[in-house]
Amino acid sequence: MLKLSGLLGGALAAAALLASSGALAQKKEIVIGLQCDRTGATQTVGVFLCPGYHDYIALVNSKGGVGGAQIRAMEIDHEYKVPAAVESYERHKKEGAVLISLYGTPQTVALTQRLTEDKIVGTAPGFGTAAAANGDKFPYIFPIAASYWSQAAGAVQFAKDRLGGSLKGKKISYLYFDNPAGREPLPVLEALVKEEGFEMRTFAVPSPGVEMGAQVLDIAQRFRPDFVIAHLFGRSPSVSIKELKRVGYPLSKVVSFVWGASEADIIAAGGWGTAEGYYGLQFAGVGSDYPVLKEITEMYKKQGKPAPKEMASTVFYNRGVLIAAIHVEAISNAVKAKGGTNITPNDVKLGFERIKGFTLGGLVPPLEINSYDHEGGGWVQVFQAKGGKWVKATEWYKAYPTLLKKMLATH
Amino acid sequence: MFHRESGYYKTTYAKDMALYPMPVARWTVAAIVLLLCIAPFALHEYYVSIINLILVATVGALGLNILVGYTGQISIGHAAFMSVGAYTAANLAVKLGWPFWATLPAGGLMAAAIGAIVGIPSLRIKGLYLAIATLAGQLIIEWTINHVPAISGGAQASIEVPRPTLFGAELKTQAQLYWFLLFFAALAVVGTLNLVRSRIGRAFIAIRDQDIAAEIIGINIFRYKLLAFAISSFYAGVTGVLYTYYLGIANYEQFQIVTSIDYLAMIIIGGLGSVLGSILGAIFVTLLPIAIRLGMENWGGALFSAADINNIIPNLRLIGFGGLIILFLVLEPEGLNRLWRNIRSYFRVWPFSY
Repeated sequence: MLKLSGLLGGALAAAALLASSGALAQKKEIVIGLQCDRTGATQTVGVFLCPGYHDYIALVNSKGGVGGAQIRAMEIDHEYKVPAAVESYERHKKEGAVLISLYGTPQTVALTQRLTEDKIVGTAPGFGTAAAANGDKFPYIFPIAASYWSQAAGAVQFAKDRLGGSLKGKKISYLYFDNPAGREPLPVLEALVKEEGFEMRTFAVPSPGVEMGAQVLDIAQRFRPDFVIAHLFGRSPSVSIKELKRVGYPLSKVVSFVWGASEADIIAAGGWGTAEGYYGLQFAGVGSDYPVLKEITEMYKKQGKPAPKEMASTVFYNRGVLIAAIHVEAISNAVKAKGGTNITPNDVKLGFERIKGFTLGGLVPPLEINSYDHEGGGWVQVFQAKGGKWVKATEWYKAYPTLLKKMLATH
Repeated sequence: MFHRESGYYKTTYAKDMALYPMPVARWTVAAIVLLLCIAPFALHEYYVSIINLILVATVGALGLNILVGYTGQISIGHAAFMSVGAYTAANLAVKLGWPFWATLPAGGLMAAAIGAIVGIPSLRIKGLYLAIATLAGQLIIEWTINHVPAISGGAQASIEVPRPTLFGAELKTQAQLYWFLLFFAALAVVGTLNLVRSRIGRAFIAIRDQDIAAEIIGINIFRYKLLAFAISSFYAGVTGVLYTYYLGIANYEQFQIVTSIDYLAMIIIGGLGSVLGSILGAIFVTLLPIAIRLGMENWGGALFSAADINNIIPNLRLIGFGGLIILFLVLEPEGLNRLWRNIRSYFRVWPFSY
């Protein structure tokens, strides 16, 4: 017990020295706090998403930054752990970050209260709680991408369109990961059952989600649904593709939520041949056919380097680009409104709430964020695994907006 | 460190039983207390937040060490006991409006009760088998919280709690929460120091060293094993409550099996069966990733490109963490605590070798 605090004090003093020597005498810059997970439970996402984020920021900086100020995205990997995320947030705050790019539902939940107290914006695209879309209740949390509620509505809408425009008397299976995120869409789905008159049966997959033979057999041979909506994470989407294929359920009647539809999932399921026909919802455009991605390749070429290999995993890489692009757009809105680069986190909040008509050549949906709607409309786009890549199956759309609005207001 | 123990005589029982019989030790404790009192004023909020995380981890590590280090039982379900404490306190705070000084012991007691139940298999099985039994406990508790809305507060399984208030003042900044956490961490340290030299603590140690011998000399194994589980889980429950108040939310995803393993790593690195070891382990496990990151941020640029550093830092941290655990297990199985003792006994007789 004795003298140990000496150790603690010494370590902290050393840490203080290290930290202070870093950020000296640099030119005017705007700091973004970027939380990443390249090594934890969801590292398959992070290793592609975070390089995408950095590349877009580098692109902006290579063009002169925002209002003359360079942007520094300070990345901290929290390994999908909450204490590390708390520490990372405090570090970002110390560095003067004007916004925090959160990563992970438990981390978002854990930091919500502190972000609100400190009046710093945190963005939570594709995770966190759906209720955070309500800007009145969560003034400093911005989902900026379709929440699980919007995704559920989008999936049902997609099934309806595929099944001839009416779901009356149809059967839909909801195959989900048995955790809070997996259960979150249930209220929306139940409301839609009433509205559209279809029959729904839910199939929970317990953690870690690699064993779902029984559920899939139940779906394919007993319930025999007209469509399957899947909401799985990590390793489990690939297992679901494999199992559904094995029991002979047509994958062209399956639509997955956003975390079950990446190149990595297809490859893990046994390749594009196996997954042919599988649909996936997306909140960022997929593929390499966007001008901004060509600009990034150009930027690397100018430096005499090949384009980063992460770019090949377009689903997650593009999401990183989308998140960075929306952040930069919010910052540039803030800089414009303020008439200078000495912006505060609150200016950035207002900057987010003015985002409109920013599509980055189709990679970003036509978001419209305002002080009430922090989700920007809940836009999704469906892509299909076809001939060795993801092929666009729909344009950007938002489904059942009035129903979702009503649920958000009462939730 | 640089003092002699000769020439100091204990003339009363009270003196003999003191936690710190040596005057120099008492001065050291006083100095540490003083340092801890100055810390929130002298340090930047960021460093205070790190100390806060260490304080929470210390309470949990102490609890786990009582069970694993002192009693020789194993638990890989400790994170679940933390979640029991967290949800108990959160429900009481939100549904009944209880203040923290009531929810905190309530959370601890609930965790103790559940912990004692999960500990029942320890009466029959040991070692690896017990580890699996407690793992089952972890999974059952996780599942229950996840599927019972009355406990979890809805589909999201997270309950927002108000900040703790003391005499009408809300504790919300890192510095204010520091005092809140420091108080309970200090209580936990003093409590454990006294527990392990009491009748109960000595019974725990006897069970650890040889349970059959302990039973023969009259220790009720049934009672003391369950008591060890209960006390240990009480600490875990309190950790969960502190964590909940620190973050402002109870969320079961923060208390998954990875957390249990982190705490086991703390006490193994720090030193099994030692209070100081628990604290050192909590400090080490919390600071190591931060130190590696700071080092790479400042000096990594000389070796790697900026884009690579972002990729290297987290991976290096994992490798470093794993490597250190192996190193400790091989070179100094008794952990940081033993390392510290070695240093101290070296200087005790310095400049002579013994």
